[in-house]
Amino acid sequence: MSRSDVLVDADWVQAHLDDPGLVVVEVDEDTSAYDKCHIRGAVKIDWKKDLQDPVRRDFVDRAGFEALMCARGIRNDHTVILYGGNNNWFAAYAYWYFKLYGHDKVKLLDGGRKKWELDSRELVTDVTRRRSVRYRAEEQDTAIRAFRDDVIAAIGNLNLVDVRSPDEFSGRLLAPAHLPQEQAQRAGHIPTAKNVPWSKAARDDGTFRDDDELRTLYQDQAGLDLGRETIAYCRIGERSAHTWFVLHELLELPNVRNYDGSWTEYGSLVGVPIELGAGN
Amino acid sequence: MTAAEGCGAPAGGIKNNAGPGSQAVVQGRVSRSGSPVSPGYARLLNADGEFVAEVPLGDDGGFTFYAAPGDWTLRVLAPGGLRADRAVTADTGKITELDVAL
Repeated sequence: MSRSDVLVDADWVQAHLDDPGLVVVEVDEDTSAYDKCHIRGAVKIDWKKDLQDPVRRDFVDRAGFEALMCARGIRNDHTVILYGGNNNWFAAYAYWYFKLYGHDKVKLLDGGRKKWELDSRELVTDVTRRRSVRYRAEEQDTAIRAFRDDVIAAIGNLNLVDVRSPDEFSGRLLAPAHLPQEQAQRAGHIPTAKNVPWSKAARDDGTFRDDDELRTLYQDQAGLDLGRETIAYCRIGERSAHTWFVLHELLELPNVRNYDGSWTEYGSLVGVPIELGAGN
Repeated sequence: MTAAEGCGAPAGGIKNNAGPGSQAVVQGRVSRSGSPVSPGYARLLNADGEFVAEVPLGDDGGFTFYAAPGDWTLRVLAPGGLRADRAVTADTGKITELDVAL
């Protein structure tokens, strides 16, 4: 695997938009962005409606993912190019999700929607309709997904990377600062977690930093032992999917899991330890 | 969308319609030659210059943040390499207005 196997730039995507083996997918939480305009030929995935179970807090199951792929006209042998808003948070989450269900040929558009917009590249309003196809998903690969008991067992034993902003990590804020701060869960972070905000891995325009810069960030600046297993978390698991992508796909660390329960689960658990302040 | 479910920022941010309450709101509009800037992005950086949040600008060039009280930097990015930084102080129970002309 190399960086180009998992990440493509805007020039590459623009040059391959008519490639029949490729499906471009915009993934957002706020899908009004797609509805307003999107990359030509792109279909949309709604982070909540399409990827989350409508009743309990979990993903859509394997059959649900297969139905989604069928409806979007995505075959097992398609190369899927994911992009989205919020610096590709939800696209990175979808990338992790595609991997979870065994779809190997998937790549992120570096910089996502933001870079595309800042470059003033073409965006269209025509909604893309693709013919439905057959799709077969694998069982979930839980080697890349962490659950709450894994996280509690990891305290003091594995790398825990909290990728939220320093103000959320310390307990000063309960959510990103574009959201109202009235939340049910307690503030703070999981003891022994290191705070490496997702944003440090990206430039202002949303593109990922170079591998050398990324390695320096996690190893030298944050002091993580990259030879150990790592669990990344944030508030709901999408910013940490961005960091999972960096650690597992760009730096090719073998044992990295994303804790999608993240702070909205951990910060609401009874009896678990919580640490406040800037950490060590 | 409720705040408890998602983390993403809709264009313009989540509007503050009920007054600031106990929040420290920073909001405003970005314009160029009198016209709203959109697409574009507003980023909030803390006193250490650390990224905290970002919203795509709304159709009216607008943005809204719910900060903690204190000093922040608002950074605006727009097509054509346009960029601007503005210092802003947020206070609990107050809406701080900050309009940016590029």
